[in-house]
Amino acid sequence: MPESQLFNLVRQSETYNISIINGRIIDPANNIDKVMDLHIQEGKILTLGEAPEDFSAQKTIDAAGRVVCPGLVDMRVRLREPGHETKGTIASETRAAAAGGVTALCCPPDTDPIIDNAAMVKLIRLKAATEGVTKVYTLSALTQQLQGEKLSEMRELKDAGCVGTTNALHPVKSTLVMRRALEYAASHDITVFIHAFDPWLSNGCAHEGVVSTRLGLAGIPDSAETIAIARDLQLIELIGARAHFCQLSSAGSIQLIRQAQESGLPVSADVTAHHLHLTEMDIGFFDSNCHVIPPLRTQRDLDALRQGVSSGILSCIVSDHQPHDSDAKLAPFAETEPGISSIETLLPLALKLTDSHNMTLSEIISRLTIQPAQILNIPEGTLGIGKDADVCIFNPESYWRVEKDKFLSKGKNTPFHGWELKGQVEFTIKAGELVYSRQ
Amino acid sequence: MINNNIQLDEQGRLKHFLSIEGLKRQQLVSILDAAETFANVQEQAVKKVPLLRGKTIVNLFFEASTRTRTTFELAAKRLSADVLNININTSATSKGESLLDMLHNLESMHCDMFIVRHNQSGAAHFIARHVSPHISVINAGDGCHSHPSQAMLDMFTIRRHKKEFANLKVVIVGDILHSRVARSQMHALTTLGVSEIRVVGPKTLIPAGINTFGVHVYHNMQEAIIDADVIIMLRLQKERMQGALLPSEDEYYHNYGLTEKKLSYARPDAIVMHPGPINRGVEIASSIADGPQSVILEQVTNGIAIRMAVMSQTLSPRTETTKTGSTV
Repeated sequence: MPESQLFNLVRQSETYNISIINGRIIDPANNIDKVMDLHIQEGKILTLGEAPEDFSAQKTIDAAGRVVCPGLVDMRVRLREPGHETKGTIASETRAAAAGGVTALCCPPDTDPIIDNAAMVKLIRLKAATEGVTKVYTLSALTQQLQGEKLSEMRELKDAGCVGTTNALHPVKSTLVMRRALEYAASHDITVFIHAFDPWLSNGCAHEGVVSTRLGLAGIPDSAETIAIARDLQLIELIGARAHFCQLSSAGSIQLIRQAQESGLPVSADVTAHHLHLTEMDIGFFDSNCHVIPPLRTQRDLDALRQGVSSGILSCIVSDHQPHDSDAKLAPFAETEPGISSIETLLPLALKLTDSHNMTLSEIISRLTIQPAQILNIPEGTLGIGKDADVCIFNPESYWRVEKDKFLSKGKNTPFHGWELKGQVEFTIKAGELVYSRQ
Repeated sequence: MINNNIQLDEQGRLKHFLSIEGLKRQQLVSILDAAETFANVQEQAVKKVPLLRGKTIVNLFFEASTRTRTTFELAAKRLSADVLNININTSATSKGESLLDMLHNLESMHCDMFIVRHNQSGAAHFIARHVSPHISVINAGDGCHSHPSQAMLDMFTIRRHKKEFANLKVVIVGDILHSRVARSQMHALTTLGVSEIRVVGPKTLIPAGINTFGVHVYHNMQEAIIDADVIIMLRLQKERMQGALLPSEDEYYHNYGLTEKKLSYARPDAIVMHPGPINRGVEIASSIADGPQSVILEQVTNGIAIRMAVMSQTLSPRTETTKTGSTV
């Protein structure tokens, strides 16, 4: 069956005209922060402010006291499908994303099988369109089978819809392979997403420091990250490739990226919401929910990361959502699988920086919407007229308690269980379709 | 919320014995005092006391051990408990049955205590957090994290020779990075008020941030050993010789092996300790291991008394005491 027919099978979603009234519209892409109405017609943003006379809404949402912003764009989400459906599926995890206010997400290629051929990209796109509720973008594998040796067919993968390429958490065999990969990607105008780590220094499960020493856990020093960043920055300078560094964890890394940006290199970087709030100390006595890669580091690193977000060196905040079944976390610390089910806490954790670092709501929202969209080069993260009506409506003042058992995600693995967080998503609209409503 | 000390019950008494960290000085002293009475029992013709009669204790060893397992077994038997020894090849469990499934199976056989050794740091904590409430867990060594009963028998041995902890200079020599014994010793020594703890080894074997334990780091053994009262040698695992941690056994012995010459820098009444098994000619000269200052075999003997003390304290009939407490 040709592809066009396949996509015709996709369920036509219920879209109707919606008016969102009295909300505080924050759209960093268009420099808007103002209380006004928003009108949606046939899945697109029709207008902001007064509705045209011939417009009639089938549904009206009163958003008084609420923020109305573009649906969030999450640059790194493991859907776990295909390959690990006991941990999560496209259906379950996109619903969790919608509950977190996310309308577009991007998944890395480390699925099983790996996204290193066009058929896999099509499969995921089709499944997302039929079973998912958010937009799903994919990155291609940088090397075949992510083995770090031979380049993948990244041009073909780009044509099939991949919005960038990465070797995810798998090491690249040598500096030469990394150089060739960056060169080849640059020839086809593909952004390379780099998880910077030196594989020889990364053979551990916690930050090398006070806590790893106390608990007798194998440590990962922050130099495992900075050495790799420094190396790759040199290659980028040599080649002129466009690269994005994923989930920085240490103060030293911020320094390196800042210097690179100041000297005009085309590099950007992101941080996960949990690295902005947790340190190695949160491991306590072996809390496996705090087992993440890169590891949680020190208070000094956390401060530098927050500073990096507020100064703009880190232009995106991501969830790095990694749902797990409960067994994956039920073992001695080093034997547990790393990762946090984090998409449903992304927004409130990011919003905490408004209190601690005097950031405006608009600055935070831009790091969750238009900035990741620009780095991925996708038409998302804006409330521009005529664009897809992807909208997140949240109450910035309401407190709620994180209860892992109420997560829509299949993964209940969160270290934030029991935390009191401010800022609660109430409605999520994707292309005019109400995909999440808190009631 | 995870930081509450799961070793203690609501009354603050010892329920599990997982690490020295988190225990108060008084709790350590009370274990040492109890061990003192059990040490006397061992010297009598009838070596048994009926304290744990009817209790079932499971030695759950996921990692090979002779000394520790045997002394735990002897200690349990001298307290009149029934003992079950289970040696599990870790590779076998990782293939099939999960650790928790195995524990729940053992629980359903109505055991009262698990003595656990495992090659992963945090295994004992993990098990203690998931067993039924009536079961006590004793850590007999988990990865590089903790080996609290070894540390306590070392404290017991030190106290028998030195009486007071306050003015001692204690030197710990060797592979601190991989040593659960050293970590537990450092916690125990600082908790008991030792004034100066020195750790010695090449940088490859000293972990990051070790100074937060309140110890002084040396890379030169001669300097470290000056005026020492207690010298604790650590075992150097053979497998550490591969890789880039150390160039050779010879070079290690030359720099960090305890020889007559190096020992002469210590106080004349210094004692020499080693958790065993010793590598003669790698960590320590035979003449010292078998010499007058060595208390290595005494440590083994004391291990039984300490383990009797730990078992009887964790398995003491706490339900009855709370009942009488409430009626008074």
